[in-house]
Amino acid sequence: MQHHPILHLVAKLLMPFILVFSLYVLFHAEYGPGGGFQNGVIFGAGLILYGIIFGKDAAMKVAPPAVVHVLAATGVLIYVFIGIAGMFLGGEFLNYSVLLPTPVSGQKFAIIFVEAGVGLTVASVMVALFYSYSMYKHTDSSEQN
Amino acid sequence: MVAAALAIARHKRLFASVMLYSIYSALSAILFVLLDAVDVALTEAAVGTCISTILMLSALSLTGTRVEISEHQHPILALCVVVVVGAALIYGISDMPIYTDPNAPANLHVAPTYLSEALSETGSPNVVTAVLASYRGYDTLGEVVVIFTAGIGVVALLVQRRRKSQQEQ
Repeated sequence: MQHHPILHLVAKLLMPFILVFSLYVLFHAEYGPGGGFQNGVIFGAGLILYGIIFGKDAAMKVAPPAVVHVLAATGVLIYVFIGIAGMFLGGEFLNYSVLLPTPVSGQKFAIIFVEAGVGLTVASVMVALFYSYSMYKHTDSSEQN
Repeated sequence: MVAAALAIARHKRLFASVMLYSIYSALSAILFVLLDAVDVALTEAAVGTCISTILMLSALSLTGTRVEISEHQHPILALCVVVVVGAALIYGISDMPIYTDPNAPANLHVAPTYLSEALSETGSPNVVTAVLASYRGYDTLGEVVVIFTAGIGVVALLVQRRRKSQQEQ
């Protein structure tokens, strides 16, 4: 895929739109379709497209595997942290209403963060899966050589 | 969709099967839009059409793209199982409430509360988001943990096997 000018150009043109659209899906989830899961999948797909077109080494410069693995855990931790924060502020686990002075603003605030945590985990896991497949293939072909 | 499903089952080249599977998934995303389930349609389009196709193609690049037909097959037994299960499912449909029936049990349990209270309680006009992130927060947390665990499992398996093959060299 390294020497296809049309694919390179199209991928370069599409990349920013894919990534921005995934963020739009995340932050507009309250008003339209979407949410953290869809955001993560679209963002991950954007990075995987980059990895396919420009090679996995270029993608690993953008998102190194170690960072991706840490981010996958961070997403889950954000979710759990929001839940525990509700416990410390006098509610139940995952009770968002106590996070901010008014219940509705607490809910809105927490939903955005929770969805962001979901998106972070999903995107990181997708990219990590892609890396592990492509890295496995790499050593496989080097064995044949 | 039926044609795509039949073609998937008939094809012996896995590459074509993966592409047909992707088409099938896109068609079902359109079906979800027609049923007014845009959230599900977006998920189906992103996951089914895009990500799973990519992952299956990467898996094909590891395993090869041809099916080996085994000689020990029991087509008649398989057909019997399919017919019996299909008949049982069709029999079950007759007991189901009519589609979009407002008095169906599923529409009377918690759904009216969600629909009427979601905007005032969570400030989110999209009820799907309110239910997923707030009312059903535990379930969504569980889903995220499942995805995380699955991803860690695959990474651990593939990385471990890579190290092993490097040691053998």
